[in-house]
Amino acid sequence: MYKILEKEVFSPIIKQFVIEAPKVAKSCKAGQFIILRINEEGERIPLTIADYDREKGTITIVFQEVGKSTTQLGQMEAGDTIKDFVGPLGEPSHIEKFDGPVVVVGGGVGVAPVHPIARSLKEAGNHVIGIIGARNGDLLFWEGKMREACSELLVTTDDGSYVRKGFVTDVLKEVIEKHGKENIPLVLAIGPQPMMRAVSNLTKEYDLKTIVSLNALMVDGTGMCGCCRVSVGGTTKFVCVDGPEFDAHAVDWLELGRRGGIFRQEEQQAMEHHQCKCGSGCGGAK
Amino acid sequence: MTDEKKPKKEIKPTKNPMPAQDPMERARNFNEVALGYSEATVIDEAKRCLQCKKEPCRQGCPVEVEIPSFIKLVAEGDFAGAIARIKNKNALPAVCGRVCPQEAQCEKYCTLGKKYEPVGIGRIERFCADWELAHGVKTPEVAPATGKKVAIVGSGPAGLTCAADLAKKGHKVTVFEALHVAGGVLMYGIPEFRLPKAVVQAEVQNLRNLGVEIDVNSVVGKFTTVDELMEDGGFDAVFIGTGAGLPYFMNIPGENSCGVYSANEFLTRTNLMKAYKFPDCDTPIKLGRKVAVLGGGNVAMDAARTALRLGAEESWIVYRRSHEELPARKEEAEHAEEEGVKFALLTSPVEIISNEDGWVTGMKCIKYELGEPDASGRRRPVAIEGSEYLMEVDTVVVAIGQGPNPLVPRTTKGLELTKKGNIVADPETGATSKPGVFAGGDVVTGAATVILAMGAGRTAANSIHEYLSNK
Ligand SMILES: Cc1cc2nc3c(=O)[nH]c(=O)nc-3n(C[C@H](O)[C@H](O)[C@H](O)COP(=O)(O)OP(=O)(O)OC[C@H]3O[C@@H](n4cnc5c(N)ncnc54)[C@H](O)[C@@H]3O)c2cc1C
Ligand SMILES: Cc1cc2nc3c(=O)[nH]c(=O)nc-3n(C[C@H](O)[C@H](O)[C@H](O)COP(=O)(O)OP(=O)(O)OC[C@H]3O[C@@H](n4cnc5c(N)ncnc54)[C@H](O)[C@@H]3O)c2cc1C
Ligand code: SF4
Ligand code: SF4
Ligand code: FES
Repeated sequence: MYKILEKEVFSPIIKQFVIEAPKVAKSCKAGQFIILRINEEGERIPLTIADYDREKGTITIVFQEVGKSTTQLGQMEAGDTIKDFVGPLGEPSHIEKFDGPVVVVGGGVGVAPVHPIARSLKEAGNHVIGIIGARNGDLLFWEGKMREACSELLVTTDDGSYVRKGFVTDVLKEVIEKHGKENIPLVLAIGPQPMMRAVSNLTKEYDLKTIVSLNALMVDGTGMCGCCRVSVGGTTKFVCVDGPEFDAHAVDWLELGRRGGIFRQEEQQAMEHHQCKCGSGCGGAK
Repeated sequence: MTDEKKPKKEIKPTKNPMPAQDPMERARNFNEVALGYSEATVIDEAKRCLQCKKEPCRQGCPVEVEIPSFIKLVAEGDFAGAIARIKNKNALPAVCGRVCPQEAQCEKYCTLGKKYEPVGIGRIERFCADWELAHGVKTPEVAPATGKKVAIVGSGPAGLTCAADLAKKGHKVTVFEALHVAGGVLMYGIPEFRLPKAVVQAEVQNLRNLGVEIDVNSVVGKFTTVDELMEDGGFDAVFIGTGAGLPYFMNIPGENSCGVYSANEFLTRTNLMKAYKFPDCDTPIKLGRKVAVLGGGNVAMDAARTALRLGAEESWIVYRRSHEELPARKEEAEHAEEEGVKFALLTSPVEIISNEDGWVTGMKCIKYELGEPDASGRRRPVAIEGSEYLMEVDTVVVAIGQGPNPLVPRTTKGLELTKKGNIVADPETGATSKPGVFAGGDVVTGAATVILAMGAGRTAANSIHEYLSNK
């Protein structure tokens, strides 16, 4: 059993937990993820390690409620326990001192997984330009944390309700134009698939090396089932053990998107089943 | 009837049949197919045994279960005595009695089998184990603590057996398991209808009763490494029993289409995650009308039979050799056929076709004929030119084999591996190229059987004990 020590609500659908998991906290690195299972009937869901405290033995996760399991998770409170919590999984981000400014882009809930990578890159001596964005100002979180983790931070919202109006790709384009594409050694982007794809398309035009963290469907997360497979550069890779980070320009985005939707119908069914088991409109709380 | 060895007593020529669920009914539920003998039947079956002095049956068993003597006790109605005798050699009889390929092992060498049907050794073994589970398992005696610590990586039959043996010898044993439950393939691969998960968990509980600590959710190679376990974790020896969990694919076009699963994914969703109880359990599985399973082994049979139970209208085994060459146990292939699984033999897919949304709609297949025998003595399948045709299917399960998972080999210094990535271990001792590190089971041999994995776990436990005693 793994205890939720702290809960923070960033928006009605974005929440943060600090969870007691000393074994994971001891060895995890930026870019890795965990898989958790809420209870005996639960499914195994992957979430990125957004932060960790080796001394306290804790892991921070930030998640967006998109379906049954994340919604159920969001209903849990500090003091509750999670049945299973395994990690760190996946390969850590490749961190080195690059020649020139590195750009990290976090969209939506992707701000959380980008954070430890930005911090590690900065600790390695890089000048890190952070770009974070959300649909609107209310959905934006961790601005302060990101400002600390990056050398400079640019913020945008799709609807202009906070700081400025524009997609993260608009800001990225300005950054590339300002610094010159030949001076930027690396762009790293994490967020919803359409956003990562848009970043990839943009940086491809500039021929700028770009890394993305893929969120394929997963079961075990140890390379045993092949559920998470994706074509990268024409060969099949398992996101859970070969990734989750890959060269954005080599990813078969169409296939990734299709495979991500395999269980759409069932996911909906699960959500409806969850939302009301008792007919009282309890929201699935019972 | 002129055989001079023919005993005096009258012999019943056939095995007592195994009571089983009706094929048409069971093909749609996940309850166990074989129901087990009654006390009267098991005694009757035990009485068929001739008590051969040379014990040929025993030599056919990879762990040399004391077959004639346990069967004698069963014939006398002493089930407690019988199970104790079995457990001298076999730590997981409830499992082996159900899933051992007896027709290729103990029962193959049974004297009775030369003329009649062999004694139903596996069925008797299963009865004894179930009898014990129902009457309360006695925890064996544990030797005084030695103060030595052993780490076991992987909780399949190899790891479980090794752990049990070492615990009995007084060592402090911790098992690290990547998944959220212990049992390995017994939990995630072999379906409930062949091996109820409660049976496996009862065996795991026995291990806990011996004082073994089982750390689930612990992926070695990730949260720690074998080297760290020995250097900082205070473990005096490590046994690696991580199995053959890496699924192979055919590498044909279209294999990443929606609706194509590896057998591991298909079976894990169903068994480990209980997708057959969706939406009461959260993990879904999606199945079309017509399912094609690629391959002809036990894993393929399990997948094809599972597909029927999940509601597929048609479930096909697509295999490139003929019926005789099916690597699956005969009983399993028969069970599958009885339940309505269909066979497309001498057939192999060359491409998986999908619609504009990426979902499988069919497979381009090619027909084969049998040519000259190959190195294995089996006749080599040869593609028939121009025989391509379209097989309409909407779900494909790839069950063509598994390799060793590279997580542990890749992160352990100085471990000698084969070209395929299996760990090299001395078959006599389980010792690897790294001092203090032993290995056994599928990770060494490639995908094999439960009993062989168990045997390897036991062999390694003996050498680890010796290694620790001399340390
Ligand atoms: C390596 C990795 C790291 C991740 N890190 C985070 C994170 O830090 N924070 C976070 O909020 N989410 C993260 N995700 C996504 C998260 O795992 C899914 O949102 C979650 O599994 C959805 O479960 P559900 O039952 O709530 O929704 P479901 O009902 O299963 O699905 C609802 C919607 O989410 C999509 N979805 C389902 N599973 C996944 C998945 N594994 N990845 C992406 N989309 C999915 C579905 O296609 C559907 O549109 C990560 C995914 C991966 C693979
Ligand atoms: C579908 C199916 C049906 C089968 N049917 C039969 C049958 O009828 N009869 C028969 O005799 N045999 C059968 N087999 C084969 C048999 O199950 C295997 O040979 C046997 O389970 C191998 O045992 P093992 O202990 O070596 O490994 P496994 O049972 O594979 O167990 C290995 C364990 O190690 C864990 N692990 C892997 N990597 C790590 C890591 N890095 N850290 C921690 N833990 C790790 C895995 O999660 C797993 O739990 C079948 C196999 C399958 C897949
Ligand atoms: S362990 Fe398997 S091979 Fe040995 S006697 Fe039992 S059923 Fe037969
Ligand atoms: S060979 Fe057959 S008949 Fe002879 S002792 Fe063994 S089980 Fe009995
Ligand atoms: S999630 Fe099973 S192999 Fe990646």
